[in-house]
Amino acid sequence: MQQKDVLPMKPEIADKQLTAKPVITGSEAVIRALVEEGVDTIFGYPGGAIMPIYDALYDFQDQVRHILVRHEQAATHAAQGYARSSGRVGVAFATSGPGATNLVTGLADAYMDSTPMVCITGQVAAALLGTDAFQETDVIGITMPITKWNIQVTRPEDIPGAMAKAFYIARSGRPGPVLVDITKNAQFGEFEYEYKKCEYIRSYRPVPELSQDAVSAAAALINAAKKPFLLVGHGVLLSGAEKELIALAEKAQIPMGSTLLGLSAVPVDHPLYVGLLGMHGNYGPNILTGEADVVIAVGMRFDDRVTGDVASYVPNAKVIHIEIDAAEIHKIIKADVPVHADAKDALAALLQEVTPAEHNAWLAEFRAAHDKEYEKVQHAELYPQQGELKMAEVIRLISEKTQGEAVLVTDVGQHQMVASRYYRFKNPNTNITSGGMGTMGFSLPAAMGAKTGTPEKEVVAIIGDGCFQMTLQELATIHQSQIGVKIVILNNNFLGMVRQWQQLFFDKRYSSTEMVNPDFVQVAKGFYIPGKKVTAREDISAAIDEMLAHQGAYLLEVVVEKEDNVFPMVPAGAPISAIRLE
Amino acid sequence: MQKEYTVTVYTEDRIGITNRITIIFTRRGINITSLTTAETEIPGVYKFIITVMSTREKLDKVVGQIERLIEIHRAFVHEEDEVVYQELALYKISTKSLHTGDIERLIRENNARILTITADYFVIEKTGHQQELTDFIKKLEPYGLIEYSKSGRVAIVKWSRRFHEHLKELQAQEAENGL
Repeated sequence: MQQKDVLPMKPEIADKQLTAKPVITGSEAVIRALVEEGVDTIFGYPGGAIMPIYDALYDFQDQVRHILVRHEQAATHAAQGYARSSGRVGVAFATSGPGATNLVTGLADAYMDSTPMVCITGQVAAALLGTDAFQETDVIGITMPITKWNIQVTRPEDIPGAMAKAFYIARSGRPGPVLVDITKNAQFGEFEYEYKKCEYIRSYRPVPELSQDAVSAAAALINAAKKPFLLVGHGVLLSGAEKELIALAEKAQIPMGSTLLGLSAVPVDHPLYVGLLGMHGNYGPNILTGEADVVIAVGMRFDDRVTGDVASYVPNAKVIHIEIDAAEIHKIIKADVPVHADAKDALAALLQEVTPAEHNAWLAEFRAAHDKEYEKVQHAELYPQQGELKMAEVIRLISEKTQGEAVLVTDVGQHQMVASRYYRFKNPNTNITSGGMGTMGFSLPAAMGAKTGTPEKEVVAIIGDGCFQMTLQELATIHQSQIGVKIVILNNNFLGMVRQWQQLFFDKRYSSTEMVNPDFVQVAKGFYIPGKKVTAREDISAAIDEMLAHQGAYLLEVVVEKEDNVFPMVPAGAPISAIRLE
Repeated sequence: MQKEYTVTVYTEDRIGITNRITIIFTRRGINITSLTTAETEIPGVYKFIITVMSTREKLDKVVGQIERLIEIHRAFVHEEDEVVYQELALYKISTKSLHTGDIERLIRENNARILTITADYFVIEKTGHQQELTDFIKKLEPYGLIEYSKSGRVAIVKWSRRFHEHLKELQAQEAENGL
């Protein structure tokens, strides 16, 4: 993290500075607080009520980069992408009223997917609060259920404390989004500035104390297990516990399955990695969850997309649930051994007490299940010889050509599931997707954020034709700020996942799912972003090469099979053992 | 099984905290039947006493989600027999009924008391459990009840979690850390 320790003083402020504490405006305090917290990038959009803050930002352009998005929702998704890829807190600015309400989707998304983010909104002057003033909205009330914390600041002297708390809360414990709403009078007002980072709130215990008894009980279960199974969740990535997790799996020879957000915690080519859990996950990890005798769930929350029918989930297993958020323990699945702790602490302690073991027959079951899925589904998806292009073969080629090292930012739907199934992730924090919320339109702005947060990495957004049209205005941001993201539209001219459900569960009544799309390459061209459209199998490899070789942003539209389906699939609400291969 | 539970929540003093707590009940479709809040013996720490009709299973999860809020110290679910509780009701009666003979006996027998008397009305106060307080309405009805008002629940938990000591320790810690 870049740390800028010496702040240049504005000359007129330096004159005023007789004591150690400079007298500055609330607006300047906001920006200085961001610098103190190591923020190097803000995604935002100005407007009336946040203008003083933007004015203060003008003097700090050499320290903080502001990326002007084209819609506030995109600012939140970009901040999310930035946070997920870099591990730092993402920051978004918006004005009051419509600016603030446009943040709602991104806040809800970040809350569901535990993403550290601080959103700062301007607000009408304190004297006007509650009067239906121009562009006034109760953003605190609106965002209360979708933020980890929020606060309205009405006095300049309260700004440093609120900012310090916001960053501490956003990044500590189970991370999440925080919103700070600052009235215009607080932005204009002057006060004696002093910044102190927050490290303690008396009613908040972000990191629980690890119970050695729980660790011992968990180790005893694992040591006696014949068919142990590790479920790898987002918490592993958030706590940086990848090494401890893999060491534990290797020591006791435990297969590892991953949730959607847990992807990239374990390299896909690791011999003990057995694939993706859940509705469109791999056959083995789903079907064998039902046979496991001990399930070790790490930093995950048993989402219904993972469990299927809860009553028939893990019928034969004792459940060890390692989880930092106490509210998640026993919420969906009763844990036999709850380990309320940070994943890294818990896994490190567990590693000491777990004895080496072999589970050859059990691991062979996963290999057999994989072979069955490969034969029935994967081979035809990955290496089709005829017919229209398939999403899976495009992902396979991108995976091969980026050697699994790109940051893959996916949107929501069929392309997301295919990308999650077939991209061979090598490094942690390289899978960025909207998991809990399933927000269409997420990936283009999230990819901008990811590329800004980790410019040294290749960032590839995989987007469906429907999703792309929800946030395509961000092509302008990508051009203006010269963000070198690669954009791949997998175009089937359908809202593919909804269409798949209509085919399977609604008698092929394709109600409002077919799309008559624009010429995406022409659209990109209008935003000064070069691109290409591919429809034939013989052209796809060279087109991906061209995209990856291009310096800067590039859009590749791939026309894929119109009525392709994603399999395996667990029908919603069915037991995961009912997973269908076709 | 649905039954009445008492939920207690210890919070920091913060604008909007009531809203933060109640939306968690709202999300799960749980109706709050009474809510009392006041500052505790520790300045700046508030106690919410909430009564709801729900199931233990649901409420255990609700309490977990309440505790997750930044400004919440602790939250607990209590069965009926785990708390000693009291509610208070006021009854406004027409003064004319004072002239009928029975009102004095009624007040004595029900451990009620008269708070004020004016030319037009008088106000009776009674504490007890919900049922006793509503039963008393029926008894007063013949005398011309003008208005009835009842408080939420005030409760003390029988088993001690030593929350008072916990808070004192937190305060001491803070003083030590200079926070």
